[in-house]
Amino acid sequence: MKSSDKRKGLILTSGRSFSISNDMGLNEMNKVMSNKWVITLYVLPALLLIAVLVFIPLILTGYYGLMDWDGVGEMNFIGLENYITAIQDMKFWDSAWHSFLLAIFSTISLVIYLAISLILASKIKGADFLRKIYLIPMLLSSVAIAQLWIKVFNPTNGMLNHILMVLGVENPPAWLADTSIVLFAIFVPILWQYAGFYILIYYAALKNIPESIIEAARIDGASPLQIAYRIKLPLIMGIVKVTIVLAVVGSLKYFDLIYVMTGGGPNGASEVMASYMYKLAFSSKDFGYGSAIGFLLLVITLIVTIVIRKITASKEEIQY
Amino acid sequence: MKRIGYILLYLCLGGVALFQVFPIIWLFLFSLKDNREIFAGSPFALPSELRWENYVKVWEGGIGTYFWNSIWITAVAIILTVLFASMVTFAITRMKWKLSKLVLGLFMVGLMIPIHSAIIPLFSMFLNVDLIDNPWSIVITYTAYNLPITIMILLGFYYTLPREIEEAAIMDGCSIHRMFFKIILPMTAPVMSTTVIINMIYNWNEFVFVNTFISSDAYKTLTVGIQNFIGQYMTDWGAIGATLIISVLPILLAFIFFSNKVVEGISASAVKG
Repeated sequence: MKSSDKRKGLILTSGRSFSISNDMGLNEMNKVMSNKWVITLYVLPALLLIAVLVFIPLILTGYYGLMDWDGVGEMNFIGLENYITAIQDMKFWDSAWHSFLLAIFSTISLVIYLAISLILASKIKGADFLRKIYLIPMLLSSVAIAQLWIKVFNPTNGMLNHILMVLGVENPPAWLADTSIVLFAIFVPILWQYAGFYILIYYAALKNIPESIIEAARIDGASPLQIAYRIKLPLIMGIVKVTIVLAVVGSLKYFDLIYVMTGGGPNGASEVMASYMYKLAFSSKDFGYGSAIGFLLLVITLIVTIVIRKITASKEEIQY
Repeated sequence: MKRIGYILLYLCLGGVALFQVFPIIWLFLFSLKDNREIFAGSPFALPSELRWENYVKVWEGGIGTYFWNSIWITAVAIILTVLFASMVTFAITRMKWKLSKLVLGLFMVGLMIPIHSAIIPLFSMFLNVDLIDNPWSIVITYTAYNLPITIMILLGFYYTLPREIEEAAIMDGCSIHRMFFKIILPMTAPVMSTTVIINMIYNWNEFVFVNTFISSDAYKTLTVGIQNFIGQYMTDWGAIGATLIISVLPILLAFIFFSNKVVEGISASAVKG
């Protein structure tokens, strides 16, 4: 909104300078800036790359999903068979359920990040330093994070069980080998990885609220909690909605860390949609069925995005 | 009363900070220990002597190839991404053409798609043109997939560039290419540096594409390379720790020196929702 305002201002000022300069200059400017060849030259490299490497593969995923194909041999058209198989495939639904659980956990944890950001933005000394510290895990590769947390969760020598045993827990669990715990165990590093990201976003949004509004509320006798809940929160609701979409979509397509940490195991207990798809295509060499799952992943992600947008859409945006 | 409240708040924030960095500190500590010390001693103890030989061992073990691959692939992809993205952004924001909104929309849609849905067709495409196990498949894939976010970060800055500069340049008989490369690009240096940092983090940490398209050790980047590497040091925790620290060090250093740019870029990448 701000940048478009500025843009209008710029056009206005440049309009004035046009009237000072002669019409020849204006024509020349327009001619140069709408030269079709130049535009093509500047747009084409990027457009070709994104069309060939992003959009065409996405469409092909749906198409390959209609095939019986091992990736190298001949393709056989089998209609919707792969999609029908997927709908009846319990392994797929289990992996989808795990992805949705991650989405739910990620969304709930946003509340904690929001609370931390509210504290951080309330004139805390060193807030800028702290939010950078929080961000560090986000900078590491998922592979490094996965390898690090494999060590943290190591049943005999890991940091976690060492702490638990010091605290008097006699038989701490073998986190990543236990089918009933593994899924929740791998959620921890995923949340750890992204916590700083969401705190950063909320903090920035909170810092954008004009001090005068908060001051006015304080003079009117509002308590800090009331200010947080009644004034700050509604004002950053737009950003909160964005982060909900990010958290849910990010969870549904989550892959790297789980693939490295557990490979979806033991016995499928931590399988998610993307890891199941990857395994079908590149381990089982079932490219047709893998593509069908990949296409379902795309469709589910898009539908969920639209649904969340619809649910969280408010009729009037709050202005200040 | 108020003071106690503040102390509690700081304890809470400090606790979160500890949770965020402690695993990394622990990693650094055990990268300097040997197995006996790691398994017998407290995980929080400082190393009795600093065993830098863990680092020497993994470096001589061949991690250097992966490191070099990560560097050049990351760098080339950054240059291509930022150049192509700047050109498109310039055309979209500064030039007059009918389809500019549509093209911008296409790139913005690119922000939302799950990359894993595209990986099977990408694999077979590269197989058909003989780019499997070729590092250039990685370079062009990184470039394509980072274009949307790079364009998005550049966009706001380009909108605010004053039009008078372009007018003056063109009146002086400057060609549009000369204007773009000599005047506009240098002016966007601050925002370009933000996109460079963001691209660096993304490319350096990327895993799936390399894991899928590259099979030779000679072309693997660090993220995939350290996977096999760690496999061979199965029980040697010190070596594993050293490998991981080496792999994350360039990004951590970049963060220490350019933390404001990183924060800026990451915040900008969030508005995409």
